[in-house]
Amino acid sequence: MAHAQEHTSHTGLIWKVFGILSVITIVEVILGIAKPDALHLTKILGTSPLNIIFLVLTLVKAYYITWFFMHMADETKSLRRAVVWTAVFLIMYLATLLLIEGSYINGVLAPLVKWNY
Amino acid sequence: MEATVATETNEKTWNGGTNRPLGASYGKMMMWFFILSDALTFSGFLGAYGLMRFKFIESWPIADEVFTHFPFLHGLHAPMYYVALMTFILIFSSVTMVLAVDAGHQMKKGKVTFYMLLTIIGGLIFLGSQAWEWKNFIGGSYGAVELNDGKIIQFVDASGHQIELEKFAISSHSERTKLTRDKGVWFMSESSLPPFSVDEVMAGFKANTDITIRLEKIDPATKTKTIVPRAEAMTYLNEIKTVVKGANLQVNEYGKPLFADFFFFITGFHGFHVFSGVIINIIIFFNVILGTYERRGHYEMVEKVGLYWHFVDLVWVFVFTFFYLV
Repeated sequence: MAHAQEHTSHTGLIWKVFGILSVITIVEVILGIAKPDALHLTKILGTSPLNIIFLVLTLVKAYYITWFFMHMADETKSLRRAVVWTAVFLIMYLATLLLIEGSYINGVLAPLVKWNY
Repeated sequence: MEATVATETNEKTWNGGTNRPLGASYGKMMMWFFILSDALTFSGFLGAYGLMRFKFIESWPIADEVFTHFPFLHGLHAPMYYVALMTFILIFSSVTMVLAVDAGHQMKKGKVTFYMLLTIIGGLIFLGSQAWEWKNFIGGSYGAVELNDGKIIQFVDASGHQIELEKFAISSHSERTKLTRDKGVWFMSESSLPPFSVDEVMAGFKANTDITIRLEKIDPATKTKTIVPRAEAMTYLNEIKTVVKGANLQVNEYGKPLFADFFFFITGFHGFHVFSGVIINIIIFFNVILGTYERRGHYEMVEKVGLYWHFVDLVWVFVFTFFYLV
C-alpha cells in the first residue's frame, strides 16, 4: 500500500522476478525445441500436454509481470479485482466460445477438403 | 471502503483531483483501464487466430519450420532461438523500466535517467529484431508451388528435409523480366515475380529423381507434414498454378495465407505498440533530464509509462506462446 511513500528499494525483488521469468522462458524454449514425444504426441483436454504446460507457464509469467513489474500487488484490492477479474472473465469467455466454434467448423469442413488428386 | 463518487470539483481535477477512488491517482487508474481494454483487443486478435487455427488444425503451418533463422548463422536450422532472444530483450527492458520506477520512488534522478535510457535502447533493439524476423518471413526460405485450389506443395529430398527451389530447378533463361514503370507505360507495374517459372521447377523435378513433394496436411500420429511418394507426386503437380517464394498477405510458401495474415497483423500491432512505447519513453526520458518530475516532487509519470511498457512485454509473452510454442 501507498508505494510512493515508501523509500525503500525493491531491487532485490526485481532481480529475483527477472530470474524467475528467465528460467521459465528457458524451460519453454527447451521444451519447444525438444518436443518430447510423450508430451507432444499424446492428448489431454483437447490438446497435447505440452501445450497445456506452455499455457500454464505463460500464465505464471503473466502473473509475475503484472504483480511485481506493474506493482499490481501494491494497488488496492478493489482496483486489482476491477482490472484482473474483468480481463480474466472476458478473455476466458471469448477464448472458450471461439475455440469450441473453431473445432466445430473443423469437424464440418475437414471431411470436405480434398487431399488426394 | 471510501466513497468512489467524485463530489469535489476544483482546478486540480485534471491533475487527479483530491479524491482518490480505488486508492490510485487519476492517471494511474486510467492507465490501468486503458491497459484492460487493450488487453481485450489483443485477446480478440489472438482468439481469432485460435479460431482459424482450430478450423484448419490438420493443415496449419508448423512454426518450427517457419522461423528458423538466426543472425550470422546462415543456412543453419535454428528454430525458436531467435524469438527466445527477442523475448529476453523485451523482458530485460522491462526490468530496466521497473528499476527506473524504483529509482523514481527514491527521487534519484540520475538512476532514473540511466535506466530509462537502457529501456529505450532495449525497445529499439526489439523493434530491429522484429523487422529482421519480418524480412526473413517475407523473403522465405525454400520456396514452394501453389495448386489451382490454393494448396501449397513443398519439395523434399530423399531424407525428407525441405529443399530449396534453387537446388533443383533448371533455369531456362526464357523468363520474362519484371514490369516496372520505367520499362512500359508509366502507370503499369507489377509486384516482384517468383524466382522461377512453373516450367523451370517442373523440369528440375523431372530431372532429379530423388526429390518428392510434401503436402500441407499434418499426419496426426507424428505431427509432421505428409510426404507423398514420388510415384504419386505428378497427380498433384499437374495442378500447379504458380511458384511461391516467401510470404505476403496473398500467398505464403509455408502453407495457409491466413497464417501470414495473422502473423503480420498481430506482431505488427504489437510492434506498433512497442514503437509508441519507445516514443513515449523518449518523451518521458527528456522530461526526467529537464527535471520536470524533480520539480513536481514525484516520478509518477515514469510509473505510468512503466505500466504501458510492461503491458507491451506482457502481450509479447502471449504472442510468443501462441505463435511460436503452441
